[in-house]
Amino acid sequence: MEKRGKYTTVSIPVTLYNRIKRVIEGTGFTSVSSFVTYVLREVVASYEEERSAEPFTEEEREKIIEKLRKLGYL
Amino acid sequence: MVSKPHGGTLIRRVSPRDKRETLIEETNEMVSIDVPFDIATDIENIAYGVFSPLEGFVVQEDYTSILYNMRLSNDIPWTFPITLDVSPEEIKGVKEGDTIAIKHNGTFIATLQVEEIYRWDKKRFARHVYRTEDPNHPGVYKTYRKKELLVGGKILLINELPNPFYKYTLRPAETRILFREKGWKTIVGFQTRNAPHIGHEYVQKSALTFIDGLFINPLVGWKKKNDYRDDVIIAAYETLIKYYYPRNAVVFSITRTPMRYAGPREAIHHAIMRKNYGCTHFIVGRDHAGVGNYYGPYEAQEIFSEFPDLGITPLFVKEFFYCRRCGGVANEKVCPHSEEYRVKISGTKIRQMILSGQTPPETMMRPEVARVILSYDNPFIEEV
Ligand SMILES: [Zn+2]
Repeated sequence: MEKRGKYTTVSIPVTLYNRIKRVIEGTGFTSVSSFVTYVLREVVASYEEERSAEPFTEEEREKIIEKLRKLGYL
Repeated sequence: MVSKPHGGTLIRRVSPRDKRETLIEETNEMVSIDVPFDIATDIENIAYGVFSPLEGFVVQEDYTSILYNMRLSNDIPWTFPITLDVSPEEIKGVKEGDTIAIKHNGTFIATLQVEEIYRWDKKRFARHVYRTEDPNHPGVYKTYRKKELLVGGKILLINELPNPFYKYTLRPAETRILFREKGWKTIVGFQTRNAPHIGHEYVQKSALTFIDGLFINPLVGWKKKNDYRDDVIIAAYETLIKYYYPRNAVVFSITRTPMRYAGPREAIHHAIMRKNYGCTHFIVGRDHAGVGNYYGPYEAQEIFSEFPDLGITPLFVKEFFYCRRCGGVANEKVCPHSEEYRVKISGTKIRQMILSGQTPPETMMRPEVARVILSYDNPFIEEV
């Protein structure tokens, strides 16, 4: 598929680069960059997950529970 | 734990009750456009967070990023562009920064803050999103009939659409609270546009053996000719759950949104919606959201490997069949017997039997479910 994303460069030690190159041999990863992108997305997402809040107040929560009871879900 | 909303925040773009009157009055001075049902349901889904983190129709930067990278411009996974198409005449005189009124069938439903008006290339959209430019593909066909401009910007829902399935329509804020109240730590979402046969039941139950709760969530809205009617799907599931499911292990509720038949990309979109409802897992079938022979049978499963940051775990459950040698329902993972013993549970075959007034065999469909479906004059969609 055509890719038209913008890319930038990040430095990693050559030793790590070579290590990754060996690890991805024979896998679906076609380059060190695609492997690094994959791993970083996985890690970054787990950091982001820690800071997210629910959008409803305690009062709204009680209202919803009442509705769920009325409709037979609870 | 109930899953975190996609992108981190559950979106809510619904006008507070006390502001509604003023907003409705203000719309008298706005340019207004009337949108078809599909778009109207998109607005509701944005407003209630089903499409979190979207707060409106995508602007060009996101549109392009979704097409080429399957991500929003902030790198969050997003595979199907949620767009509002308009003709130049409809938005004559509208400038970026204006607020316009959105109606459906003449009734005012929402406002839209116009952030951007841009042209789009329908063929390019089809090539990327549907992986084909063939107008015989139902999604591509619909794309080619859309208008020539797209409008991006945040929406605010003022009036909900009339909903004959109100009782069965839970919003993400509601399911998230419901799952917690039930004490479920893991929840598996099941997508469907069909009345349930034995194969579906076993797929769901095989997941339910190791997951706390099952969320059955049919899509109600535009589908192909010959698909099951919405009221039939609901009645069939009510019956199945009543007779064959542990009461406290399942929640059934619908989502009003069109099937887009975008195969792999739609599988990701379906998973994201269920994540917003609070699911931690999502069942991805063979040829999920596919149509005809446009997608390989496992493409919709393979695409998940491109999204390590999706935040919901896909479950790839093998199809079930009836095995005469095993003496029960089985699948490739658990049955060693050859084809001669296996009876395929075929949706197409069941459909043909129902159309000719026959009851499908119990190895394919629960008799109570079959009875309910057969009680309808025509349980299938005739026109689209
Ligand atoms: Zn067997």
